[in-house]
Amino acid sequence: MNQLLAYIPAFPLLGFILLSLFGRKLTNPVIAIIGAGTVCLAAITTIVLGVSFLQTPPQGGAWQQLLWSWFRVGTLSVDLSLRIDALTLIFIFIITFVGALIHIYSTFFMRHDADYARFFASMNLFVCSMLLLVMADNLVLLYLGWEGVGLCSYLLIGFWYDVPSNCRAANKAFLITRIGDTALLIGLFLLFKELGSLNMGTILQQAPKHFVSGGASITLITILLMVGGMGKSAQLPLQTWLPDAMAGPSPVSALIHAATMVTAGVYLIARMNGLFQLSPVTMAIVAIVGAITLFVAGCSALAQTDIKRILAYSTISQIGYMFLALGVGAWSAAIFHFFTHAFFKALLFLAAGVIIEALHHEHNIFMMGGLRKRMPEVFLTFLAGAAALSALPLVSAGFYSKDAILWYSWSAAGGNPVLWLMALAGAFITALYSTRLMLVVFWGDMRSPVHEQPDKGMIIPLIVLAFFSVTAGFIEWPHNLFHLTLFSDQVQQVLPQTVMKENEPSEWLFQGIAALVTLSGVYLGYVLYYGKSGVRWQQSPGLSATRDFLFSGWKFDQLYNYVFVKPYLFLTRINKGDVIDKLYNAIAQGSMRLNSWFSVSQNGSLRMYIVGVLAGILFIITLQLLL
Amino acid sequence: MVITRFHPVHALLYLAVSFFSSSMVFLSLGAPFVAALEIIVYAGAIIVLFIFVVMMLNLGRETAQQEKEWLKPKVWVIPAALVLLLLIEMIILLFSEDKQVMQIAVVEPRKLALSLYGEYIIAVELTGFLLMAGIVGAAHIGKHKKTELHRFLQNGHTDKEKTTYTRKTETVTTEQTAIHE
Amino acid sequence: MNSAQMVLMVAAVLFALGLVGVLTRKNVIFMLISVEIMLNAAGMAFVAAGAKWQQPDGQIMFLFILAMAAAEVSVGLALVLQIYHQHKTMDVDRLRELRD
Repeated sequence: MNQLLAYIPAFPLLGFILLSLFGRKLTNPVIAIIGAGTVCLAAITTIVLGVSFLQTPPQGGAWQQLLWSWFRVGTLSVDLSLRIDALTLIFIFIITFVGALIHIYSTFFMRHDADYARFFASMNLFVCSMLLLVMADNLVLLYLGWEGVGLCSYLLIGFWYDVPSNCRAANKAFLITRIGDTALLIGLFLLFKELGSLNMGTILQQAPKHFVSGGASITLITILLMVGGMGKSAQLPLQTWLPDAMAGPSPVSALIHAATMVTAGVYLIARMNGLFQLSPVTMAIVAIVGAITLFVAGCSALAQTDIKRILAYSTISQIGYMFLALGVGAWSAAIFHFFTHAFFKALLFLAAGVIIEALHHEHNIFMMGGLRKRMPEVFLTFLAGAAALSALPLVSAGFYSKDAILWYSWSAAGGNPVLWLMALAGAFITALYSTRLMLVVFWGDMRSPVHEQPDKGMIIPLIVLAFFSVTAGFIEWPHNLFHLTLFSDQVQQVLPQTVMKENEPSEWLFQGIAALVTLSGVYLGYVLYYGKSGVRWQQSPGLSATRDFLFSGWKFDQLYNYVFVKPYLFLTRINKGDVIDKLYNAIAQGSMRLNSWFSVSQNGSLRMYIVGVLAGILFIITLQLLL
Repeated sequence: MVITRFHPVHALLYLAVSFFSSSMVFLSLGAPFVAALEIIVYAGAIIVLFIFVVMMLNLGRETAQQEKEWLKPKVWVIPAALVLLLLIEMIILLFSEDKQVMQIAVVEPRKLALSLYGEYIIAVELTGFLLMAGIVGAAHIGKHKKTELHRFLQNGHTDKEKTTYTRKTETVTTEQTAIHE
Repeated sequence: MNSAQMVLMVAAVLFALGLVGVLTRKNVIFMLISVEIMLNAAGMAFVAAGAKWQQPDGQIMFLFILAMAAAEVSVGLALVLQIYHQHKTMDVDRLRELRD
């Protein structure tokens, strides 16, 4: 079984190479078969692997495959080796399975696009890099995948590069994630300096012996790693790129900016759990960042009008939940939320893509409406996704994962009531904006005509994802209800058990509160947005200032503009006539002056040159004679 | 006399005379092989090469006329004075050396050849390279660049190009004879 | 006044004459002819020196000069042809394209 590991990333890589080399010559059906087929093959391989993993768990909980030695410098030896344990298995399952569905969807979604091959080449490269990221055995390989997904994200956000705003969005995404990447890189250097190895197993083994728990160096390293994760996962304060990243095609948003890449930060922190546990301060920061992010992004989602931006803010908010769970030490809950979130958020994005295409690229939800009757399949699948997003009790996958996080944010060792309240408020807001989205888009009057019905090929992935959005939660039930823990049983082979506090109120109470809050959010949304009342509320002047504030994402862009960009521009303006440059300019001007003097002698007359030579000879011989 | 002629062919004839006389000087210095080479290569090949070029460029009476105009005293006095100065200095240098009588001894071609392919073998090969480069360079430079013209304009040019092409091959063959000594 | 010095003097005179030729003539062909004279003079000086020490080296140097002169003349004349084709003139003073 070991030998199959390398095939999982190799298939998409093969697709990428084929498409980028011969993409121009191939016809669209061939491109679709290569592009989607390779990812499907990877998904099948993953499922085969996963089944055998569950049947005969390997010794030590992981399979490893050493492909070849990448490089050796001094004591650092980096191998290109892959490793699969339960945590990785969940991630590669999501990446390949959801990735394959999204690829199938995109073969129809992108069929009118001129750059069909380029799209699939980038998507395949992305899948390959993402797989490398999660399957990497050492942090250098992980970093390779990390940069690879950043690159593909850039390429795909700016896919329609003839619109300048798309290119700006791509640049923004690349630059802001770069802040995080740099922090991650510095973190890796520090880690290597301390431990002398970047192999994950070695690090996790040696870290407890080498570092003092809560010491300065471990805190610094984990904070740097966390900042890296925050950049990729669009957490406060590096979250501003994700809403703009919606400039890319919808499948890209579904695959990269909802299901997989943005959770790379979650993966990193979960993978490095041994380090983070040594630093309570960082854990607290992770939890606080997550809690603030989920609240702030949720509020922003409330005010958006662009359907994809709503989903983008909700993605930020949901990843905030994952960070919160990581921060309080509820490792398996975070991964579980990632698992369910990947399904329902990919579903929501794909469905949004269908709606946008059917309505002539209309993004504004207030220009939609009444789609329930016209696009019933999309409506039903979207409903499943939105229910999971708002965590409707019992029937949706989102409930099980989010409820676990809510419960742990109070009761786990790192949890406290403030975090819990934030998370609860987030859940309320989530339910509110999900309801708003559903009501505005699918109920009410039809404001734009539906000009074409979506293909069957686009609907099938939606249905599959909708099925998982509902049922994915059933593999892990709360402790008090059935106590079925298939998921965390697997995950806890890798991740530490969640430490609970003593003497906490019963879980029932929290579940009840969470369900109540969710339902009240839905009810409030219904009251505010159903029928005509929604429009009236929208137009009330007292709220417009707040709405503008939320609409612009809490003015973070403007804040960064004032705090970073303006002073930087100011400094550059001061430094325009650079003092040090003057010196070099003087040298350059001096040589120009000399050049103009000497160029007089360069008059092009051959005989003048010979006379010059003759004069030189005469001079030398005369010297010889005289001396 | 070479440098004062106006007509190029006259100048070349005088050049041949000059080569012959220097060949005699070599003979009197005891270098018969070099004397023979001087006549064969310089007087034979190189002058022939010059004559070809003169013929090809059709330099005749009008050139001589032009030369007469160019060769004004104003033009040549200053360089001539400078060179005279140089000559005087060189002669002074020559006579400031010790004055020992030289015995003339004939250096046989055999000794020459032994030394040439013995200690100077590298220099010989380098010279071979130089000649090779000379051939390639001359063939390349002498190639008349094809002017890309519209087909309506080409009629007048084709004949001319043909002739230059034959000329070029001629040059190359002469060079080769020159080089093969 | 011995033979070697006489020969060297002849060489010096030849060299000077060649130099005058190069300097005063405007026609490229004449300049090339003058350069040949100068090379010949240099070769003569070598041979004289070789004769003085009774060594073959001087003559070998002359051989090399000969080969070089052949190469130089062939390339030089090819250039002359090209120049004449392109500029329709042999006047070096008018070939000033290299000036800045």
